[in-house]
Amino acid sequence: MSLTQPRAAARRLVRPILRAAVGAIAAGAITLGALGASPALAQAGKVLRFIPEADLRSLDPIWTTAYITRNHGYMVYDVLFAVDEKFHVQPQMVDKTDVSADKLTYTFTLRDGLKFHDGAPVRSADCIASIERWAKRDVFGQKLAEMTDAWSAVNDKTFRLKLKKPFPYVLDALAKPSSNVPFIMPERLAKTDAFQQVTEAIGSGPFKFVKEQWVPGSKVVYVKNPDYVPRKEAPSWGSGGKVVKVDRVEWIYIPDAATAAAALNNGEVDWWQQLPPDLIPVVSKNKDIEVRNTDPLGSIGLIRFNHLQPPFNNQKLRQAVMAAVNQQDFALAIAGDPKNGHACASYFTCGTPLANTVGSEALSGKRDLERAKQLVKDSGYKGEKAIVLSATDQPIVHSQALITVEMLRKIGVNAELAASDWGTLLNRRAVKEGTDKGGWSIFFTWFVGPDMVNPALNSPLRGAGEKSWFGWPSDAKMEELRDAWFAAPTAAEQKKAAEEMQRRAFETVPYIPTAQFIIPTAFRKNLTGVINGPIVFMWSVEKK
Amino acid sequence: MLWYVVRRLLATIPVVGLVALFVFSLLYLSPGDPAVVIAGDYASEADIARIRAGLGLDQPYLVRFGRWLGALAHGDLGVSIFTGLPVSTLIAQRIEPTVALTVCTLVVSVAFAVPLGVLAAARAGGWIDRAVMSVSVLGFSLPVFVLAYLLVGLFSVQLEWLPVQGYRNLAEGFGPFLKHLVLPSAALGIVYMALIARITRASMLDVLAQDYVRTAHAKGLSTPAVLTGHALKNAAVPIATIIGIGIALLIGGVVVTETVFAIPGIGRLTVDAILRRDYPIIQGVTLLFSGVYVLVNLLVDLSYTLFDPRIRY
Repeated sequence: MSLTQPRAAARRLVRPILRAAVGAIAAGAITLGALGASPALAQAGKVLRFIPEADLRSLDPIWTTAYITRNHGYMVYDVLFAVDEKFHVQPQMVDKTDVSADKLTYTFTLRDGLKFHDGAPVRSADCIASIERWAKRDVFGQKLAEMTDAWSAVNDKTFRLKLKKPFPYVLDALAKPSSNVPFIMPERLAKTDAFQQVTEAIGSGPFKFVKEQWVPGSKVVYVKNPDYVPRKEAPSWGSGGKVVKVDRVEWIYIPDAATAAAALNNGEVDWWQQLPPDLIPVVSKNKDIEVRNTDPLGSIGLIRFNHLQPPFNNQKLRQAVMAAVNQQDFALAIAGDPKNGHACASYFTCGTPLANTVGSEALSGKRDLERAKQLVKDSGYKGEKAIVLSATDQPIVHSQALITVEMLRKIGVNAELAASDWGTLLNRRAVKEGTDKGGWSIFFTWFVGPDMVNPALNSPLRGAGEKSWFGWPSDAKMEELRDAWFAAPTAAEQKKAAEEMQRRAFETVPYIPTAQFIIPTAFRKNLTGVINGPIVFMWSVEKK
Repeated sequence: MLWYVVRRLLATIPVVGLVALFVFSLLYLSPGDPAVVIAGDYASEADIARIRAGLGLDQPYLVRFGRWLGALAHGDLGVSIFTGLPVSTLIAQRIEPTVALTVCTLVVSVAFAVPLGVLAAARAGGWIDRAVMSVSVLGFSLPVFVLAYLLVGLFSVQLEWLPVQGYRNLAEGFGPFLKHLVLPSAALGIVYMALIARITRASMLDVLAQDYVRTAHAKGLSTPAVLTGHALKNAAVPIATIIGIGIALLIGGVVVTETVFAIPGIGRLTVDAILRRDYPIIQGVTLLFSGVYVLVNLLVDLSYTLFDPRIRY
């Protein structure tokens, strides 16, 4: 067609197409209307839809320490003992515990009515196999195993632990609340090598896992376990009566925070486990949503040094960095709001029994960059490059890294940021060589509060050299103090031993705690019974 | 023609084989270790070594590649390191959302973009042309995720007409299936629509200047008949090519769209697997993608014979 054709010809072509387009839009609108009302209105009554903190990738809470798998564990499995909100150990599956006069023998009797999801009763053999598998992987479990002479079954409901020497933390170990939690599995599963994954999720807990409906990366489905017999006590953290008040729980993993916020606003989901700090003001505007801090302990951020390589194999330089750290800055950067983050100048989680202020002036005293600069000079630092690892896909890690790099440069340390994804960082932090051979100087992470409450759990505090956690500090005195804590028979002596460890830590600086922070949770107000605790528990929650 | 198709299909085998070798080698050489991710923050080096041995990751390159190839020859794509589920099961779970999203986007894009491109060419220099080209520029310039948020804000949060996120299988009913695809397809399709509309316009302008078009008008054919029967058919080869190339764009685009709309598709499966170094999934999905690309290219090549009788295989 010549482009100079009369306009009438073009109109003849254009009009039917425009008519078709308008018709299609109208038909689309009608179709959408016919497809039903708002999805928000289409919710079933007893289905709890929940956005978890991460995607559930593996089902075995002993094989991996991932917190999401631990949370899955609390849905499906039960525990022998659990810690309550007063940090007291309470029996859970256990009905009765007898301790011999010499404190070398513990006899446990299971309560009635405990059944696995496959219908089999929970037996002593299941408990022993589960504890033995857990003890091969968990740091506290390993200590218990070191003290153990033998586990034996008295009968199907009663089993016995015989110790080599008195160990005051037997029940604390069995009640360990965070990864790895000593969950009880059927013996046939618990006999699996602790370094091989169990791919079934058969427990005796309050929810049953529906494996056929599990879509990794998207959805996890649990249904109420009708055979579960809850304890009579009120729920308190992981202890007490686990009464399930919904028929079905769906964990819907939504990786994009803005989408998750819209889904909660819209009522497509009922509960969002971790609300990012920048979205708190947005979500809080919805009067149908409650934003709440349910976690009394929060999490602890930390700066970890490489003690094997220069420049931070120099204790004085580590002390200089500590002199420059302002915990308030880190708290604000991580939590976004002073209400959700604060300083915690203790090597044990603030708000727990062993938290103390011994030696903490080094971190809580007046911040003075000039003094820190002088300390750097006094340390004999020769300007070696400090490689600071960061993971841009982990906001808590990355915010700490950005502050630290800036701070190091201000005090005269030649810091270089090495940003990657978290998977790459995990790999690089295992490199022990120098920074010129792919090594590192500093990395960051965070632990949930329950993981730092005592010397048995606080791995970064150890000084066992190359056997220590990444960073590998060698400190024989710290190890002695740790052993003294394990041997301390009374609470007062335990506290004193922990204080001595902290005094030592502020001197040798195995790591620097940066801040204690809380990531709030958000749920629609038609949910009631949400339990306050350091871990998300889904029993007691009712949907109106 | 049949022999050509058979030859092209046979040629896919070495192509996919080379892709497999390349991907396996790349993953082997790239930094990252799933054992480290699994072991978590508290693990000792001995723990990580035992997990690595349990997964067979401590074996030499050739042993691992040989094992994988042997399993592949039996149709076994392996097992996900993290979930313990077969890769084929994971792909089967994810293929429907991605295919549905891709096809829906493709159909809607072509259905709108080709007529708009033709219109723009027919009215070159006029307001329709300017409008179509302006929308095309906007489509190219607007990132998929920004458009996605805008659409969600309007149609899901404000109007509550459509769901914010998720996917429903066809088995759950056509209504829910379609409702969950409308916004992702619109967000994903805009770039694609812009691309096809521009290529269609350019190709049509070229054809409309040819002598045979003037002849068609001279012999009394109506303008729509000339445009669709003569011009569009002759302009179709580059359009078909760009549609084929666009499928590659779409597969890249679904990663973002699936993430924003929380659609459990192949794109998200791939990204998640890369982030946690789940090698069997990465290898399986890459093989799938390479096979799809080869087949799409073949279909595009074959489509040329429909539009241009001079092309013979």
